[in-house]
Amino acid sequence: MGAAIIGFFNRMDRAVLAAFACIIALLLVGSLYSSSFLSPEYLLQQLQVASFLGLIATGMMLVVLLGQIDLSVPWVLTVGGMMSTAAAGWDAPWNLLAIPFGIFCGMALGFANGIGVAYLRVPSMIFTLGMNAVAQGLMVLRTGGFAPQDHATEAMRVLATGRLVLNIPNALFVWGIVGAVTIFVLTRTTFGRAVYAIGNRERAAYLSGLATQRTVLLAFTASGGLAASAGVLLAGYSTKAYQAMGDPYLLPAVAAVVLGGTNILGGRGSYLGTIAGVILITLLQSILSVMQINEAGRQLIYGAVIILMLLIYGRQRKQI
Amino acid sequence: MRDFRYWFAENRGTLLAILVFVVMFAIYTGNHSAGFSANVITTASNKGVLLALVAMAQTMVVLTAGIDLSVGMIFVLANCLASTIAVGTAFETTLGIIGVLATGIACGALNGVIVIYGRLQPIVTTLATGAVFFGISLWLRSVPGGDTNADLADALTGQLPGGIPTSLVVLLGIVLLVWVPFRRSMLGRAAYAVGSSEPAAYMSGVPIERARLLAYVLSGFLASCGGLMLTFITYSGEASAAIGGTYTLNSIAAVVLGGVSLFGGSGSAIGAIFGAFALRTIGDLLFVFDMEPFWQPLFQGVILLAAVTLGSLRLLRIKNRLDLFG
Amino acid sequence: MDAVTAPLFRMEGVSKRYGGVRALEEASLRVEAGRIHAVLGENGAGKSTLIKIMAGVVQADQGLMELDGRKVAFPTPKAANGAGIVCIFQELSLIPDLSVADNIAISDPPTRFGLIDGRAQRRLAEEALARAGAEDIHPMAPVKDLPLSRRQMVEIAKALARRPRILILDEATSALTAGDVAKVFAVLKRLRTEGLALLYISHRMHEIDELADECTVFRNGRNVATYKAGTKTGKEVVEMMIGREYSHVFPPKPAGRDRTTSAIEVRNLSWTNRLTDISFRASPGEIVGLGGLDGQGQRDLLLALFGVLKGLSGEILIDGRPAQIRSPRAAKGSRNGMALIPEDRKTEGLMLPMSVRDNLSLAALGTVSRFGVIDQVKEAKAVEEMVSLLAIRTAGTGISVGSLSGGNQQKVVIAKWLMITPRIILLNDPTRGIDVGTKQEIYQLLRRLADNGATILFYSTDYDELIGCCDRVLVMYDGAIIRTLEGADINEHMLISSALNIQTEGEARHA
Repeated sequence: MGAAIIGFFNRMDRAVLAAFACIIALLLVGSLYSSSFLSPEYLLQQLQVASFLGLIATGMMLVVLLGQIDLSVPWVLTVGGMMSTAAAGWDAPWNLLAIPFGIFCGMALGFANGIGVAYLRVPSMIFTLGMNAVAQGLMVLRTGGFAPQDHATEAMRVLATGRLVLNIPNALFVWGIVGAVTIFVLTRTTFGRAVYAIGNRERAAYLSGLATQRTVLLAFTASGGLAASAGVLLAGYSTKAYQAMGDPYLLPAVAAVVLGGTNILGGRGSYLGTIAGVILITLLQSILSVMQINEAGRQLIYGAVIILMLLIYGRQRKQI
Repeated sequence: MRDFRYWFAENRGTLLAILVFVVMFAIYTGNHSAGFSANVITTASNKGVLLALVAMAQTMVVLTAGIDLSVGMIFVLANCLASTIAVGTAFETTLGIIGVLATGIACGALNGVIVIYGRLQPIVTTLATGAVFFGISLWLRSVPGGDTNADLADALTGQLPGGIPTSLVVLLGIVLLVWVPFRRSMLGRAAYAVGSSEPAAYMSGVPIERARLLAYVLSGFLASCGGLMLTFITYSGEASAAIGGTYTLNSIAAVVLGGVSLFGGSGSAIGAIFGAFALRTIGDLLFVFDMEPFWQPLFQGVILLAAVTLGSLRLLRIKNRLDLFG
Repeated sequence: MDAVTAPLFRMEGVSKRYGGVRALEEASLRVEAGRIHAVLGENGAGKSTLIKIMAGVVQADQGLMELDGRKVAFPTPKAANGAGIVCIFQELSLIPDLSVADNIAISDPPTRFGLIDGRAQRRLAEEALARAGAEDIHPMAPVKDLPLSRRQMVEIAKALARRPRILILDEATSALTAGDVAKVFAVLKRLRTEGLALLYISHRMHEIDELADECTVFRNGRNVATYKAGTKTGKEVVEMMIGREYSHVFPPKPAGRDRTTSAIEVRNLSWTNRLTDISFRASPGEIVGLGGLDGQGQRDLLLALFGVLKGLSGEILIDGRPAQIRSPRAAKGSRNGMALIPEDRKTEGLMLPMSVRDNLSLAALGTVSRFGVIDQVKEAKAVEEMVSLLAIRTAGTGISVGSLSGGNQQKVVIAKWLMITPRIILLNDPTRGIDVGTKQEIYQLLRRLADNGATILFYSTDYDELIGCCDRVLVMYDGAIIRTLEGADINEHMLISSALNIQTEGEARHA
């Protein structure tokens, strides 16, 4: 038993361990401040909030593992929220399609990202930034001049805020399922193996006869879909979708992935780390707001903590 | 004759940007109700100079094959700081301006040090430092407001005798004092060399680290110049994430439109300036053609995507598929 | 030369290791002013490491360097340049986006008031180009637009502009046209009379005969002999270069193969200006070598067959049927059954941080998975089989492949492709930089694979390998197959003379 535990820890990345250690430290700091920090209710609440970020970070991680980045997350997420609420306004029974339609729109944008990055070979940083602007443009255009239907359906609200089983938030189940699928995909499928291989060295992956471009395309599509599904849930959570609802999520998503030990240049990282990173960021946000540190301080501490942690364990090896 | 041909080839991107801008601006003033008047040009120039300065800032870093996602936030930070300290008597204002520019330099230096000596990726680094800079901006200006030295502001955003916008002269001054010396200095050349091929630059004994650091420092400086100008135009400061994000995005778009290679090593800040002007004119064009203003973000996004995708035409010339992987 | 006076430059007992591989072992060298000193040796003999140490690109682990009798150390290329040692590297050190003049003046441009003086720089560049005999190159032309041979001339001009005391040329003529070679030789001879020391590294024996005063031969990281040029016969030099240590390691070649069926046939294959009208065929059970000097299109030919190159003309037939191979994925598919062991295992063959298992099964994922889901039991079994078949020495299949020795890494690259049981195996210099023991295992493996019906196309820069392993050798020169050697014709003399294309080179020089 003891040996098994030691073996487990050996297999875990140092970065993942560091992230979990930080989580525990944050909880301890929080509990000194208020005893409610260790209550199950508080923790469940945090996990519910973390689920939204968890979905986004999942997509971001796929893309980062490839050595790319997806900066279109903010407005793809908004598209997901706004399109699902738009579909909610359709006549029955079509309004049942609200959730899939929102996700589908995100996947379409992600697909376009994938075409740009994999086939047109535009650097992902630029192409996804442009796609973010296009998504924003589309949404501004949609709301411009008149107020469209923006209320979430009952299903979206239940999915985001309800607790159907054992008082566990439904959103957490959603993240749990997505996470389980992602772990399976990354560790047990040829697609997952190809993702790591491409992230390590695309040239070698291509010469090994892997379908590198298709893999990149799929990963970006998934990232778009996941960001949009977070948008759907967030719309359900706050009962409506609104402009710029995704803006606060880009930096936390990248940070969660990188703090979880995924190499920003691609090829290395485990989903366990991303889970740790997501929880870490969520707790950090929560504690900063409980301690009544204002938005300014929160932004500052975010940025600084991310840089510090990266300087400690995320540095590139010296080249040449 | 051959000299001219090489000069033309080297500056093709810049010349193209100038051409695009001139055509667009001609259409704009031709259709504007007030026509080619000094006021129309001054307003256009004031808006254009802001983005031009931020685009210059972005160019510095992009030339070294990096990227700076924090330029917009340095711009916002400079704006918030200027609306706080660049006020009062002439002497106080001068000190304030120096303080703002020094802050910009410090921000750029911080980025540079983390990227070069901390060996973190520029993209993650500047995303995170962008949050820090924005945090400081919010701390300085939790609500929009502040003040500026109105005399100076009016002077810098108004017109010189003959109807020439002062802001254009300011921009020209910055180009002559910052860009031209940089372009012709040892370190400037080194920055180009690093961006073009870091291993070759190393083999050639080029001062790689100093060149990259200088690029980041100048980037911070130029972005804070932009923030100062924003203060003089709006008479106030605002810590807005949307402004920062928009300027960052548009700076990249302007750089691309201006013919600066995102892979580093080629292009010029002059091109980026005209790229910025052209981008600004798009918005104005939509206005004179009575298009609803909410078309503008989409338009800009599409143009950025189109511009970067045009670069993909080079793929057609690639004969060895391994070259795709660099 | 008076042996008592200290030489211009001396190194003594210099060693360098990369990971587990020793690149240089107790090497020593004396360089005199006003002499051209040739350095000879096979690939991997340590020549490149030697000059990289001299030029400050890498640092020696131990040993001593002296310039003018004083101890020196060069932590960076800049330091070496400062001391007057300038190297023209094989992999070009030019900056593609800058102009010729910018490049020539890159490390120390003329300045006025702290800024680069464009006019003075241009004069300097024109002067340097003239000294290098390349007045035809325009100083404002961007380097990326110049063809390879012109770039090489710029590289030489750049080196001259630094006013070196010791000039190192590493295969500096490999990309040049015959006309340029003659010009460069004239320049080098003039520099010698001006009192420079020149260190000249080349594979081309006739160039060395024409230029060198002294020669030093390297083998396996050691300098094995230094002699005055012209005192040894070509045969003796080659023997010193390759030694005779592994002539016995090759498995016997079977006699009288059936060559009526062809597994792969190529008809009039051309690609840009790099491959010209290539036709050949190879049968199951055959090991066909690709010979010639390095960089004569052998690598391009293998990539062309493997579906990497675009814009090919001509035909490729697999098992007698025309094949359209547009990607490595198509090449390895069951219809074609090809495998390519690439040139550089670190950038093209392996994912160094990934595990041995992940690397081994990467090309064969299709065979160990169903509907995209990897069958872990099947994968583990197949991986274990390969590890024992090739006797890969590893502490387990879960450790990262980067922690293995070079030879074992190379075995992983080969094993990874054997997992798809390929019918046509393309090898791109697979034994470069690995130990003799592993080489021997690889030779035997290749013969075993051929005996089991595989067709093998084997490019090697090592003539011994071609002689020992191949049933036939296609010798390439300038993108074309200029001779096919068979049986007893596969010998050193024939390989070298056809590699240098001796009949046609004289004509080319007059052209």
